[in-house]
Amino acid sequence: MTFSVGDLFLILPELLVITAACIVFVLDPVLRPSDKDGLVWLSLGTLAICMGLTASQMSAPVEAFSGLVVIDTYGAFWKLLLYFVTGLTILLSHSYLKEERLYFGEYYGFVLLALSGMMVMVSAADLLTIYLGTELMSLSLYVMAGLKRSEPRSLEASAKYFVLGAFSSGILLYGISLLYGATGSTRLPAIAAAIAGQSLDDPLLMFATILLAVGFGFKLAVVPFHMWTPDVYQGAPTSVTAFMAVASKAASFGAFLRVFIEGLGGLKANWSAIFLLLCLATLVLGNVVALVQTNIKRMLAYSSIAHAGYALIGVVAAGRLDNSSGIASVLLYLALYTFMTFGAFAIAAMLRKDGIEGEEIEDFTGLSKRHPVAALLMLIFMVSLAGIPPTAGFIGKFYVFMSAVEAGMTWLAVIALIFAAVSAYYYLRLVMVMYMREPSAVTDSAPQLIMSPTLSIVLACAVAGVVIFGIYPNPLVQLAMQAVLTLR
Amino acid sequence: MTHSFPWLTVLILLPLIGAAAVFFVKDPSARLVALAVAVADLMISLPLWWLFDASSGNMQFMESALWIASPPIHYRLGLDGISLPLVLMTTVLMPLCILISWHSIESRVRSFMAMLLIMEGVMIGVFSALDFVLFYVFWEAMLIPMYLLIGVWGGPNRLYAAIKFFLYTLTGSVLLLVAILVLYFQGGHTFDILQLSQGTYSKSLQFWLFLAFFAAFAVKVPMFPFHTWLPDAHVEAPTAGSVILASILLKMGTYGFVRFSLPMLPDASQAFTPLMVVLSIIAIIYGAYMALAQPDLKKLIAYSSVSHMGFVTLGLFMFNIQGIEGAVMQMVNHGITTGGLFLCVGVIYERTHSRQIADNIGLTKPMPRYATFLVIFALSSLGLPGTNSFVGEFMVLIGTFLWSKIATAFASLGIILAAAYLLWMVQRVAFGVPAPHMLPKLRDVDLREMVTLVPLVVLIFAIGLFPNPILTRMHPSVEKVIARVFPPAVEQISTVSQGVHNDAGSPHGEAKGFTSTEVEGKQP
Repeated sequence: MTFSVGDLFLILPELLVITAACIVFVLDPVLRPSDKDGLVWLSLGTLAICMGLTASQMSAPVEAFSGLVVIDTYGAFWKLLLYFVTGLTILLSHSYLKEERLYFGEYYGFVLLALSGMMVMVSAADLLTIYLGTELMSLSLYVMAGLKRSEPRSLEASAKYFVLGAFSSGILLYGISLLYGATGSTRLPAIAAAIAGQSLDDPLLMFATILLAVGFGFKLAVVPFHMWTPDVYQGAPTSVTAFMAVASKAASFGAFLRVFIEGLGGLKANWSAIFLLLCLATLVLGNVVALVQTNIKRMLAYSSIAHAGYALIGVVAAGRLDNSSGIASVLLYLALYTFMTFGAFAIAAMLRKDGIEGEEIEDFTGLSKRHPVAALLMLIFMVSLAGIPPTAGFIGKFYVFMSAVEAGMTWLAVIALIFAAVSAYYYLRLVMVMYMREPSAVTDSAPQLIMSPTLSIVLACAVAGVVIFGIYPNPLVQLAMQAVLTLR
Repeated sequence: MTHSFPWLTVLILLPLIGAAAVFFVKDPSARLVALAVAVADLMISLPLWWLFDASSGNMQFMESALWIASPPIHYRLGLDGISLPLVLMTTVLMPLCILISWHSIESRVRSFMAMLLIMEGVMIGVFSALDFVLFYVFWEAMLIPMYLLIGVWGGPNRLYAAIKFFLYTLTGSVLLLVAILVLYFQGGHTFDILQLSQGTYSKSLQFWLFLAFFAAFAVKVPMFPFHTWLPDAHVEAPTAGSVILASILLKMGTYGFVRFSLPMLPDASQAFTPLMVVLSIIAIIYGAYMALAQPDLKKLIAYSSVSHMGFVTLGLFMFNIQGIEGAVMQMVNHGITTGGLFLCVGVIYERTHSRQIADNIGLTKPMPRYATFLVIFALSSLGLPGTNSFVGEFMVLIGTFLWSKIATAFASLGIILAAAYLLWMVQRVAFGVPAPHMLPKLRDVDLREMVTLVPLVVLIFAIGLFPNPILTRMHPSVEKVIARVFPPAVEQISTVSQGVHNDAGSPHGEAKGFTSTEVEGKQP
């Protein structure tokens, strides 16, 4: 393996993020509490610089570190998305942590470390590098999930997440090792070349494919590997939940698609059958179980499971199509999903009922009277999650279903759309509670939303994404299509 | 004929911008702003009536711009003789909806007015979209404002009615989305409605697409047996919501049939004709029977809508000039007449806070003007010659007669039943003896309500006596639709409207003498 200094320039954004994380860790104990806001601005500044750097890296694939890492538009697409989400997370946390009285400067360090792991995931072209990125992300998230040390639920979430995460990492590693045994490499291009010469029925390859699918299935939280999601999403601090639901899902999809398209593209017929089953199970279970949730975080957890199911439709279609429209629809879906889910979590995070976090859906009762703007924003996020035009959620679904129909799976689109109609019921229930119910005067106190400048920025970004890309998605569509073209 | 001025964009955007604008004023003036916007929209839409080239069946006032590059989705708008009357009906009705809500809506006035204006923009979009995706976006975008109109400002059982309305229509529409996507790949990779209407598709594909279209449109119409959301939604919605639902939203379903199902899927449309006719006739008779039994005024009108919309779907699937023109006429007529009836119910509800017939009897003495309006709308609704509905229903029946005499006989039964339930309702509401404790509440119609109701009365007689302006504008477009179903034009009918006037007796002769003197007697 040769090393050139030029390679370091290619991974400059990753290096910058890690450096910033280290600076945060070092400065945190030194700074006076009143100065700790500086860490927020440091993190945000780093993200802004990285955004500029990554935007300049939109190009045909360039290999670094002898092919361990590849810099291309595909990776840049995900990275830009991740910077955006991380920025929103930091802004949201700034208000949220204060409200929850969780003063940990390290928090921002862990956010940045998780981000760097995600960045490695989406630009790695080697299974072991992907594994490293996954672990870096996951370990940071385990810590963040357990941040509310005084609350048993948070600790339970952290422990559960850790155990199941470690378990899934093991399965992933096992799959990698089997694949190495079958193809003699962990580099994706080399694996693809080796598979091209082998029969599709090779049991070793098949087994490796299944294990990789299971391993990624845990990270993507698709049924039946979703069991950890509701508990972890509910127990973790809400800002962390938002980060997990959006960023970690996006990064996992980024790595997952690269592995299965670049590395295992020759086994399309095999894996698209596997993902078809997972996709159906996810759509049905995610949407149906979400119907009966009374806790907003659990409801959003099941909703995010269901949305992974919709994104998987694009993956299944990609397995049957010769062109890249299926994968592009997944990228687009995840990007649009980001805005609406993050927006919904941001409002859930800042809702206070009798001074504590209002987590029950009932706690939203009459929000429209007290905070008409917040209620309107939540309405927009819910409508978008339900996939009703003219919002981003519709555009995402439109492209995913389009690729399904293109792949000749009209029946899948029909099933998925019927479950989209089912999902409208639970999303609208929140709207109903906010707009159509009055808080009963004696027992209930009206919900309060803690507004802060940073929260306003978060909500403005989220709603702008939902509305603008709902009405004029063209730039994002084009970007996703260009990004997919650089997948090898 | 293309116009450089983007009429339709202005018509759509003005209410949407207005909806945003009402949030920046205080509640009382929100009403004025909303009214101003709706009236401005009406004023802008009126010139279209005269600018429209009646000799052409092509799309006019076309606008086109690339919206999304891949797949190619266009922002493409246009009107033909079928959509022009519907757009104008929308712009006429919206100021009236705002006026009727002037005092009855007291909470969250700004949001209410915003919802009405959003609905207006979106509904005009539905009738003028020429790109299938754009159409779908408008089609679904009206769900949320309507859901809120029913759910926030509705009656006691509003939550149930709102979610029922929402889920019914959403489930139907999602199948439409799949059909649109399938058509894209089968119809030459385009969402252009005009281009898709030229294509030929295999019979089996048409069969499935027809079913998917049917799911979306039949729920919206609503056709039997998908009508059960309608009485709930109508009853619980505020007056303006009921008017929008009955007058405009239902038309989106029948508009869908005539704009998409017929020209795009001619073979399947023909194959499904018997089913559609049977469902329409069931709707006509069943709706009328249900209306007979209703003690609640709004429910009565809701079921009468089911019955009247049965005539529209019946006429559409006759594939002859009379049937389809009659159906489109009937779409406009039903919008005007039923809108008027719902406005009347709204007026009385404001006074007595009851929609029960039993609570609102004997209004002629205390409220003579009100009773006059009610009688006029009721007579129009039962299809009295000289009123608008007669023209539409009669043409539909002629069209049906050419296809099947038995079907015509059954459908005519609906007209007789309509006379029964409407006259019975009028008899009770107008001519009973009012309960003494109600009398103080029974103020007669005031100026604002007069302004709301008079335009509809004018339209009822204008269309009833002079239907030709609408028919001539419609004629080339309808011929185009028929030419798609029967490639060589089979029917050659000249001016149908003349026939209508000469024949003004047949099914209604009996009612005529009685009702027309009634009307004249009540005129102030």
